[in-house]
Amino acid sequence: MGADRLRHMFASARADGRTAFLPFMTAGLPDPSGSPALYRAMAEAGADAFEVGIPYSDPLMDGPVIQRGSDLALAAGTNLDVSFEVIRTVADRSPALAMTYANPVFRRGVEWFAQRLSGVGADGIIVPDLPVEESADLRRAASRHDLGTVLFVAPTSSRARIEAVAAAEPIFIYAVAEVGVTGERTEPSRRAEGLVKAIRDVTDIPIVMGVGISTPAHALAAAEAGADGVIVGSALVRVVLESPDAESAAYALAARVREFRAVLG
Amino acid sequence: MTSMRLDRPDARGRFGEFGGTFAPETLMPALDELAGAFTEAWGDEEFVAEYRRMLSDFVGRPTPLHLAGRLSESLGVRILLKREDLAHTGAHKINNAIGQGLLAKRMGKPRVIAETGAGQHGVATATAAAVLGLECQVFMGSVDIERQALNVLRMEILGTEVVPVTSGAGTLKDAVSEAMREWVKSVESTHYIIGSVVGPHPFPWMVREFQKVIGEEVLDQIGSDLPDIVVACVGGGSNAMGMFYPLAGLGIDLVGIEAAGEGIATGRHGASIGAGSPGVLHGTHTYMLQDEEGQVLEAHSISAGLDYPGVGPEHAYFHQSGLARYESITDEEALDGVELLARTEGIIPALESAHAVAWVAREAGSLQGKTVLINLSGRGDKDVEQIGRARAGR
Ligand SMILES: Cc1ncc(COP(=O)(O)O)c(C=O)c1O
Repeated sequence: MGADRLRHMFASARADGRTAFLPFMTAGLPDPSGSPALYRAMAEAGADAFEVGIPYSDPLMDGPVIQRGSDLALAAGTNLDVSFEVIRTVADRSPALAMTYANPVFRRGVEWFAQRLSGVGADGIIVPDLPVEESADLRRAASRHDLGTVLFVAPTSSRARIEAVAAAEPIFIYAVAEVGVTGERTEPSRRAEGLVKAIRDVTDIPIVMGVGISTPAHALAAAEAGADGVIVGSALVRVVLESPDAESAAYALAARVREFRAVLG
Repeated sequence: MTSMRLDRPDARGRFGEFGGTFAPETLMPALDELAGAFTEAWGDEEFVAEYRRMLSDFVGRPTPLHLAGRLSESLGVRILLKREDLAHTGAHKINNAIGQGLLAKRMGKPRVIAETGAGQHGVATATAAAVLGLECQVFMGSVDIERQALNVLRMEILGTEVVPVTSGAGTLKDAVSEAMREWVKSVESTHYIIGSVVGPHPFPWMVREFQKVIGEEVLDQIGSDLPDIVVACVGGGSNAMGMFYPLAGLGIDLVGIEAAGEGIATGRHGASIGAGSPGVLHGTHTYMLQDEEGQVLEAHSISAGLDYPGVGPEHAYFHQSGLARYESITDEEALDGVELLARTEGIIPALESAHAVAWVAREAGSLQGKTVLINLSGRGDKDVEQIGRARAGR
C-alpha cells in the first residue's frame, strides 16, 4: 500500500515497455452499493490503477459528464464515508488515488483526510485546485501517512513552474493534455509531445497524461509522446451514465478498458 | 483595535489567513501574468489617467453624494446616499469593468468573458467591451436570466453573447464556475473580468483597487464631516469594499449587509459571513456556505446579486480583524426598503442596494442623531418586474 506501490507500478511498467492505464471513476456510481463492482470489472480487464473521484458539488476542472456523474453520486447518497469504503475495495486489489477538490479536504483538515485515506489503503491523492504553491500542508500530511501527492503541469506552465512542481517531488506529474477542463474530444491532443518534452527536460518523475483522452487512438498518441501512464475519465463515466444498471455498466466498462489496454501494451 | 487594513495582499495573495490562489495549474501562469500586468499598469501614470478619464467622461463620475432629506426626516437619522445608481449602466460594476477592460487591451487579449448574477456586471462588461472594441461572452444562470430579463436584452443589444448556465441552482455561483471553466479553455486569448472582490489572487485585490474610487470620492465630497456609520450591501462584496477600504481606520462604524433571504433560520439565505464558515470557494479561502463535508450549499436571496454562497476574502479579513461588521436583511425587509426609498426620495434602488436601506430603517431607533452614509450601489430598473410580482403576492 501507499506511495511505494505506485512507484513500483511505474517502475515495472517502464521495465516492461508498457504504458500504465488509470481509469477515473466517480465513487458512488451508479449508486453506493453498485460502485465497487465497476472498479473490479475494470481491474480484471487490465486497468493498472485507479483515480477514484470523491464527488464534489462544484468541480471546477470538470466538464459536463463528470459534473453530472458527481451530481448523481451525491444525490445517490455518496458522502465521505461511502467514498472511503469504495476506495477501500478498490485499493484491496489495485493502487488507488483519491481525487477531490480542496474544500472537502480542508473542511475536515489535511491531517484527518490523509489519515482516513491511508486507513482505507489508498496510495495517493489528487487535488486539481491545489497548485504547488498552496499544496505544502497537504503534501506534509500525505507523506506522514505514506500517501503520494500528485501535482499538475499544463501546456501553459512555464519552465520555472515545472521546476517548482518537480522540486515538490510528486508521486507522478499529471500532464494536462488539453487547455481546458475534462471532457471528451474528437481529436488527439496536439500538446502531448511538447508537454512531455517540457517535463522531461526538467525531471524523470513519472508522467501521467489526462484530460480529453477519449479513445484508444488518443491514448496511444499520449503513450507515443512518452507518457508513463494515461488517465481516461469522461469517456468511462459516460458509459456508466448511459447504462441501465450497474451490471451492464460493469460489462461495458470492461469492454472499453480492454480496448485501451490493447493499444497500451 | 490594532488591526489595519492591508494596502495589498501578501506575496501569497493573502489578507491575513484569507485569500490565496486555489486554481487549476492551467490558470496559474495567467494569474501570475495578470498580477504582474496589473501591478505595472496601476503604477503607470498613463494607464491610471486613461482609467480616470473614462470614469469621468464615459461613466459620469464622480457620482453625487446626496443628502436624503425626506428619508432622514422620516427615520430621524441624517442619511447620505452615495449615488452609484447614477453611474453609466446603473451600478458601481462599471468602475471595475472599465478598469479590467483597459487592462485586457493592454495585455493584448482580444476577448473577455464574465459571469453575472443580477446582470449588472454583465451589462457593465458588455458596455466596456463595446466601447473598447473587445469580443465579449457573459455566463448567467438560467434562473437569473429569467428574473433579470431586462439586463439580458441590454447585453444582447450591446453585442454580447449571453450563455445560459443550467448546472446547480442556475444562479451566480454556477455562473462563476462556468466562466472559470471557460477561462481554463480559452486562457491563452481571453481575459476573465470577474465581477466582484472574489476569486483567486490577484482578482480580489485588483477589483478592490478599481472600486475604491467610491470611498475616495466620498472623502473628497464630505470634507471633515465624516459619517458615523457607513452601510453597504455585500454579495461578493465589491461595492462594499470599494466604499470601506478608503474609510477603514478612521473611526467610522462600517457595516456590511448580507442577504438573510427567507430568514437565517430557514437555511435559505446568502449570509456567508453571518452564518457560514471558512473554506475554499472559486479559488479563494474565505467564508462560505457549506455542509460539514465541504459540499457548497446553495445560497438564496430575492436579489440575484446577493444570491452567492461566498464573499470576498478581504471581507473575511475585515470581519475577523474587526475592521467592519456584518449584519443581514431578509427578502421581505429589502422589498420594504425599495418602497421606502422610492416614496421618500424618488429613487427606485436595486434589490441589492435596498438591503442597505432596509437595515438603516430597521435600526433607526438606535441610530438617532447619527449621520449614516448608504452606498446606493445600483438602480432598480432591472428589478421592477420582480418587485411587481412580489407586491402582488403580498
Ligand atoms: C446593484 C448591485 N449592488 C450590489 C451587487 C452585489 O455585488 P457586490 O457585493 O460585489 O457589490 C450587485 C451585483 O450584481 C449589484 O448589481
